[in-house]
Amino acid sequence: MSAIVQFENVGLRYGLDSETLSDVSFSLAAGGFYFLTGASGAGKTSLLKLLYLAQRPSRGVIRLFGEDVVTLPRKRLPGFRRRIGVVFQDFRLVPHLSAYDNIALPLRVAGMKEEEVDAPVAEMLNWVGLGDRGDARPATLSGGEQQRVAIARAVIARPEILVADEPTGNVDADMARRLMTLFEALNRLGTTIVVATHDLPLMAQVSGAQMMKLDRGRLADPTGILRYPPRPQDKSG
Amino acid sequence: MSGRAERKAAAAARHRLLPGGRLAGPMPWIIAIMMFVTVLAAAAGLGLGAAVQSMRADLAGRASVQVVEADAQARAALAARTLQALRAAPDVRAADPVDPVVLADQLRPWLGEEAMNGDLPVPALIDVLLTPGEAGPKIDRLRRLLADLSPKLRIEPHAAFLTPLAGLLSALGWLALGAVLLMMLATAAVVVLAARGAHDSHRGTIDVLHLMGSTDVQIARLFQRRIGLDALMGGALGFVFALLVILLIGLRLAATGSDLLAAIALPMRDWLVLLALPVAGVLLATLTARWTVLRALGRSL
Repeated sequence: MSAIVQFENVGLRYGLDSETLSDVSFSLAAGGFYFLTGASGAGKTSLLKLLYLAQRPSRGVIRLFGEDVVTLPRKRLPGFRRRIGVVFQDFRLVPHLSAYDNIALPLRVAGMKEEEVDAPVAEMLNWVGLGDRGDARPATLSGGEQQRVAIARAVIARPEILVADEPTGNVDADMARRLMTLFEALNRLGTTIVVATHDLPLMAQVSGAQMMKLDRGRLADPTGILRYPPRPQDKSG
Repeated sequence: MSGRAERKAAAAARHRLLPGGRLAGPMPWIIAIMMFVTVLAAAAGLGLGAAVQSMRADLAGRASVQVVEADAQARAALAARTLQALRAAPDVRAADPVDPVVLADQLRPWLGEEAMNGDLPVPALIDVLLTPGEAGPKIDRLRRLLADLSPKLRIEPHAAFLTPLAGLLSALGWLALGAVLLMMLATAAVVVLAARGAHDSHRGTIDVLHLMGSTDVQIARLFQRRIGLDALMGGALGFVFALLVILLIGLRLAATGSDLLAAIALPMRDWLVLLALPVAGVLLATLTARWTVLRALGRSL
């Protein structure tokens, strides 16, 4: 399988502090399912930020979809970002927009006609169990409901890479299982999934997934070889 | 969904991206006040400019010939000869003696009733209307003609009397137009501040839109549309109020009965210039908002 993400000796430093990420090198295959784990402060969120192009590294090379995104001109970034769905740890829902409009955002950003927006948004709302809460503002939703809206927003445009930062942190076990089932369904359709989580039972639930462990800004396995390499037969269907 | 309904739905969706409705903040009211002052200043500038032009057009082709002769009979005879010579001159379109009664009326406030009883020699006056074209050389030729006729004849071009006043009005007109430019600059500055403030207060939304792949231009459009609408409403409000004031001032000027003040009028072309001001204000606000937001966005990743 071809690499959709490649990190080579990537380092990230905020200001004059010591490096948050050091010498991070790994490669993610297109269509793979990856968990990113590590203690709090290990650098998981920083690594994900590099992955979803919210941050440029201080050093090293990052290739997404076969292109070096470190030196990519700024005006080309939106095209890459549209191919990546993100579930933020703090959801980042737009507070004055309804759940419906929050979920519809990526489609509208991509320029989809308004008449084509309704059906997929309604479907996503139903899927995350919020079919009757489309008009609700984020402030009136519970933490779990907000997280479901954030997930629906991240996956609605069928991204090639889905990055999720602790997506099950605020949902009950049943919803967590349903979310993982959605992620697996998207993965079967070809989306590369990267999920940062502490939830080991959740990781065990996804067959064929691989795991990266960060320890104080470094990949725990310095060779960059991930555990449980994906088996092609798991990705069929 | 029909094309129109779809556009409406898309526009509504875009409007929802930034919170706060129309006329929600101080921006439309500030622009209304600035547009009010701008239109008044522009009207003053254009009106004074029109007055100066009208005054110059009226005066440039006119002159007065004075027959300065103490003896009344000799004065009348010289005035008749002068009138004849002037009417024969190729540079003169018309020459008419000023009625002594009218002259007496005009002098009475300064010289009193006794001044006109014949004891005080008052020069005879002849109004001269020149043929169209540059007046200076014609006045020079007439001056030579009159000098040949008699040393007791003087010619005074009317433009010379009112040149200082025309200069003052012209300076006031330029000052008003300068004020218009300053107001436009101030409007742009207000828009820059408003756009920066809006950008900062919607930072979270902008970050989310960026990370979903919004381009800078897409985001800037949200702000320029909002600020453009504010400018449109504020500009229209300010323009309407300024228009009412201008019409009231026009009525007042007409009521004075003064020829000089009546010359302060706005021709159709100037009304069109005034009408263009709110349009220019909206364009200025929209483009300034776009430029400001694009610059701010350019500093982020």
